[in-house]
Amino acid sequence: MSRPPHDPWFFLANRTMARIARGRSGASLPTREVLAFDLAHALARDAVHARLDRAKLADALTRLNLRTVDVESQAVERAAYLRQPDAGRRLSEASAARLAAAASGRCDLAIMIGDGLSARAVDAHAAALMSALVPRAAQLKLTVGPVALAEGARVALGDVVGEALGARLCVVLIGERPGLSAADSLGVYLTWDPRPGRTDAERNCISNIRPDGLAPAIAAQKLIWLISAALGRQLTGVALKDESDAALSQATPDQLDQA
Amino acid sequence: MMFRQRIKSSSYVFGSLAELLAKASPPRAGDRLAGLAAASAEENMAAKLALAEVPLTAILAEPLIPYEADEVTRLIVDTHDAAAFAPISAMTVAEFRDYLLSSEADSSALQRLARGITPEMAAAVCKLMRNQDLVLAARKCRVVTAFRNTIGLPGTMSVRLQPNHPTDDLEGIMASIADGLMYGAGDAVIGINPASDSTSRVRELLSMLDDLLARFQIPTQGCVLTHVTTAIELMQKGAPTDLVFQSIGGTEAANRAFGVSLDLLSEANEMARMLKRGSVGQNVMYFETGQGSALSADAHFGLDLQTCEARAYAVARTFEPLLVNSVVGFIGPEYLYDGKEILRAALEDHFCGKLMGLPMGVDVCYTNHAEADQNDMDTILTMLAAAGVTYVMGVPGADDVMLNYQSTSFHDALFVREAFGLKRAPEFEAWLAQMAITDATGRLLPVQPDHPLITDASLAEARRT
Repeated sequence: MSRPPHDPWFFLANRTMARIARGRSGASLPTREVLAFDLAHALARDAVHARLDRAKLADALTRLNLRTVDVESQAVERAAYLRQPDAGRRLSEASAARLAAAASGRCDLAIMIGDGLSARAVDAHAAALMSALVPRAAQLKLTVGPVALAEGARVALGDVVGEALGARLCVVLIGERPGLSAADSLGVYLTWDPRPGRTDAERNCISNIRPDGLAPAIAAQKLIWLISAALGRQLTGVALKDESDAALSQATPDQLDQA
Repeated sequence: MMFRQRIKSSSYVFGSLAELLAKASPPRAGDRLAGLAAASAEENMAAKLALAEVPLTAILAEPLIPYEADEVTRLIVDTHDAAAFAPISAMTVAEFRDYLLSSEADSSALQRLARGITPEMAAAVCKLMRNQDLVLAARKCRVVTAFRNTIGLPGTMSVRLQPNHPTDDLEGIMASIADGLMYGAGDAVIGINPASDSTSRVRELLSMLDDLLARFQIPTQGCVLTHVTTAIELMQKGAPTDLVFQSIGGTEAANRAFGVSLDLLSEANEMARMLKRGSVGQNVMYFETGQGSALSADAHFGLDLQTCEARAYAVARTFEPLLVNSVVGFIGPEYLYDGKEILRAALEDHFCGKLMGLPMGVDVCYTNHAEADQNDMDTILTMLAAAGVTYVMGVPGADDVMLNYQSTSFHDALFVREAFGLKRAPEFEAWLAQMAITDATGRLLPVQPDHPLITDASLAEARRT
């Protein structure tokens, strides 16, 4: 039996990412479509359950002259992490002690890199984002605390980390919930005066960071813009509108490559 | 009221009806997250055993949230139909379950009973029912609504065509609509979740739907699922509005978190009815609900997920909606952890909605961080089809590229039609045959590349410029 073709309106499929005109076998999806869908879902599932490779990330950050410290939330096991969001927002006792020992007074930026819902995203894109970010932070003469590499992390774990490190601003790099179209999207959250109890409305977010979404180098530029604006206005969140696009559009492609 | 239950040497005490209901609930992540779940399987059974003996009149007498404090409670109490309730007024919860499964409780008896059943009674009996009970009892409930077609007739199941696009691109949305129509989907509604809240973009989408339905004389309704206040503003400006959509919850505080009140919903309902755009009926409201919404808004008052959800149906039925569906697995694993919990919730929501007289559909769905996959959705869809679900979602390839979750596809709907012999809304079914999309039995025909709908969709760009 010949393989079922796409539907005659397949030419419309270039107008949307939606899975249209995929053909049918009787009432059902053709085999190739079932397998394509299941592959996308498998990638997303693996991304949710993958462990963060902290040693590799620490190596990359050491080359950028950053210190790192490993921390864990109170929900390192994935089943606990998925069931109890609050446990992913609190540090384990041992991690709190480790972080306190690593802290050295105050700093401008605390950075937490956490697995979130996709360790794959962190493995794939965090180092690229950091290598674009760090030189620019240095140009702005910002002091950066030890980078916390966090397992079982929710965004708000950064509030605890940022407070412990005495930071004016906390940057959280975290894996976003995988979709079928991309399982490796990284998100960045920026929070002024981090401390437990901060709400999402008090943060700025850059999302969909991946080569086919927002490229890590561009994301770093947006982040630096937001960091400067947050330090200037002493706030983050809904009151701080991201106008980095206007600033970026004046940059040349060369400048972006260097980032 | 206090409730006591002894199991062997252990004695269990439940301090209130709310606590009893919560601890009698089949296990799910959200009730554990809220700290409301039974601490052991034995305590769960103790609560069920105690709940079984509670008279329905005792449930009626103990509002779970005080009358003075919550307008949903006031609505439930003030609209309770004592005459409709009379046939079951002497029953306990256990007897109510037995009655619902008996042959005495046929379609017309259940229809007469609907307004006598409060959400708390529905939730209580639901907790004593197995999945198969939820299928059989729901299957007997008849709820028929109408706008440009007739939804919920025996032997039918409808489909909402959900053509979402991440940037609301009109050509992209039109491509998905054409896809859905060519697969025979869209009789419940062609309903777009807009990515943007912009009023002008919502208006563009409404006009696009209105033009399409007029151009091909399609006997269905369009909807852009925007906030009710935006819908009101757009109706005032004359935008072509068939249905008014809103997400709702089971407490006044949950609805406040959604930015709505009963008065606001009432105003929108009146306004949409005044437009008289329906041809065979005037049910103009479309509601979405889902277990966990009140908890996530910190507005649950110690009520379990399922009881809160049933209270949302009291809100919904006040407005005689065309469509109501639970978006069951969208909320994530901290509320419904896996395929088993999502299945249970889907059957509960469908049963409680139907029992209370709602045209109940279900968005059979999950997110990638839940312990679920397409096979779980197949099971849920099959069980719901057996239960007589009013409608399900039709998303191209089951992959919603705007909301980033997986629902059911146009193909999935065809599977149900094949497996259960279910038809579409009759007006829509006739239109499909007339357009040579289906044969006289409702089966898809092979299509020619120059089918008018395909040609039309390919012209979308030209028409816009």
